[in-house]
Amino acid sequence: MSLMSLHKLTLSELQRKFTAGDVTATEIVRAYFLRVTQVEPKVKAYLTQCQEAAIAQAESLDRILKGWRKTTPMMAMPLAVKDNICTESVRTTCASRMLETFVPPYDATVVAKLRAQNYLLLGKTNLDEFAMGSSTENSAFGATRNPWNVQTVPGGSSGGSAAAVAADECVAALGSDTGGSIRQPAAFCGVVGLKPTYGRVSRYGLVAFASSLDQIGPITKDVTDAAILLGVIAGHDPRDSTSANVPVPDYLKALKKKDLRKLKVGVPVEYFTDGLDPEVEQAVRAAIEGLRGLGADIREIKLPTTDAAVATYYVIATAEASSNLARYDGVKYGLRAGESKDLLDMYLKTRAEGFGPEVKRRIMLGTYVLSAGYYDAYYGKAQAVRTLIRREFEAAFQTVDLIVTPVTPTPAFKFGEKAQDPLQMYLSDIFTISANLAGLPAIALPCGFSQAGLPIGLQLIGRPFEEETLLRGAHAYEQATTWRAKKPAIR
Amino acid sequence: MEITRQEVEKVAKLARLAMTEAETAAFSQQLNQIVAYVQKLKTFPTDGVEPTSTVLGQTNVFRPDQAQASLSHDQALGNAPDAEAHCFRVPKIIQES
Repeated sequence: MSLMSLHKLTLSELQRKFTAGDVTATEIVRAYFLRVTQVEPKVKAYLTQCQEAAIAQAESLDRILKGWRKTTPMMAMPLAVKDNICTESVRTTCASRMLETFVPPYDATVVAKLRAQNYLLLGKTNLDEFAMGSSTENSAFGATRNPWNVQTVPGGSSGGSAAAVAADECVAALGSDTGGSIRQPAAFCGVVGLKPTYGRVSRYGLVAFASSLDQIGPITKDVTDAAILLGVIAGHDPRDSTSANVPVPDYLKALKKKDLRKLKVGVPVEYFTDGLDPEVEQAVRAAIEGLRGLGADIREIKLPTTDAAVATYYVIATAEASSNLARYDGVKYGLRAGESKDLLDMYLKTRAEGFGPEVKRRIMLGTYVLSAGYYDAYYGKAQAVRTLIRREFEAAFQTVDLIVTPVTPTPAFKFGEKAQDPLQMYLSDIFTISANLAGLPAIALPCGFSQAGLPIGLQLIGRPFEEETLLRGAHAYEQATTWRAKKPAIR
Repeated sequence: MEITRQEVEKVAKLARLAMTEAETAAFSQQLNQIVAYVQKLKTFPTDGVEPTSTVLGQTNVFRPDQAQASLSHDQALGNAPDAEAHCFRVPKIIQES
């Protein structure tokens, strides 16, 4: 195989080639940076590229290993990491002026796990500032473009990671998902994105946005790759008190069943209402028939509190964000504004200069809903409605094993289309938010294309810590279809 | 329920965000729009429903109280905008009388 086409391989294919000694780590890293050089001017997925360090590391790996070798699964695998996940001695900006020069003194636990297996970090990917947004238009350093059509957004907030995977600028990537930030960009870019159960993956070293909702997960070229990467990053971490002490199964084993016999799959009527683009509805309904054809028992279910999800989310997430982002005070790290007359003045100016408009809007909303006199009416109320949403899913999962829905109401939208209307942007997260509020695992995978040639995504939601069922369903559907064979012509 | 400009200014102060006139005006309008949308929560009855603050149902998680390795002074101060003598340096807080 020519080095020129190494970037087309999936993670599992590249692992096989490397383990068999068909390709060296240096060849992998050179092939990928060649690809990055070709397409990055159009896609703009990366905020920081780590070419020199990656080449040096690859060369040292090749010196140690000669010929055939038994390796760790992620050895020499070229990955991209969302730029809100801390990487020791590699700048981590959160796409914010506030952290433009921040260099973490430690690795996030997920990064430490990859590093322990000698992965190759190609670079850090773009996002909406502090992961707040659905398009990467809120990045302080410019938006990423969707490889399928550079006039449209890649989705967000993990838009850089999704675009990098779709454009073959890395073999796989890490994202984070607070209200859909892995699944929505995966759907917009035609790749696979998995948000694990809350607590499945350590959040240590993930710059906090909304701590009760945030989860790190894989963005990959296919479902097998998502299973591999999840297996590497999952597990209990004493450094994250919210990480769950639940054993990590071999997720690849879950992919062995090729049919869906005896699997009960629920279709919530509330996800197929007004506002759902007809092309998306058609593709998702056809995918549901595909699941039925594989043996799944398809049943209609009801999740009536779905209508409250966006409102619940934007109270809880902003409240938590306003508290988490209080740490940016110009003292310990990050930006400090120039001339200040006293400490309070320094805080006010630093935060005014360091944060962009969407981050300020969310801090304001979060501060408002937590302020005296409004706490019970908004924050307390939203927490109670969150309980209703959780109970509804618990009840649904008494009768079904998986829930199937669209990922987004529409395919990728154009730049500027929603940027001036925050509420419209928030409403585009309507189908992904509930899984975060209920802490459930959910996966997005391709299920078709619009007339305009933009990818459409299918979402499967599972019971807590049942990522295996999720992967089994997604893998059976993927293997029965050919959507993943289509690649974007980046122009 | 209208959020007034005075309230927006108060919230900005609580959030430690300096704001221009234009920002205050824009945020007043946008926050009102979002808060009006959020009123929809009132239509979902929650009498006697326990709030959810975390889905895992954990309370406190403890570890043995044993000293562990941590960052060095230099590492911890490495990103500080201003540091001196192993400390973060800030504008003067205590006023001279």
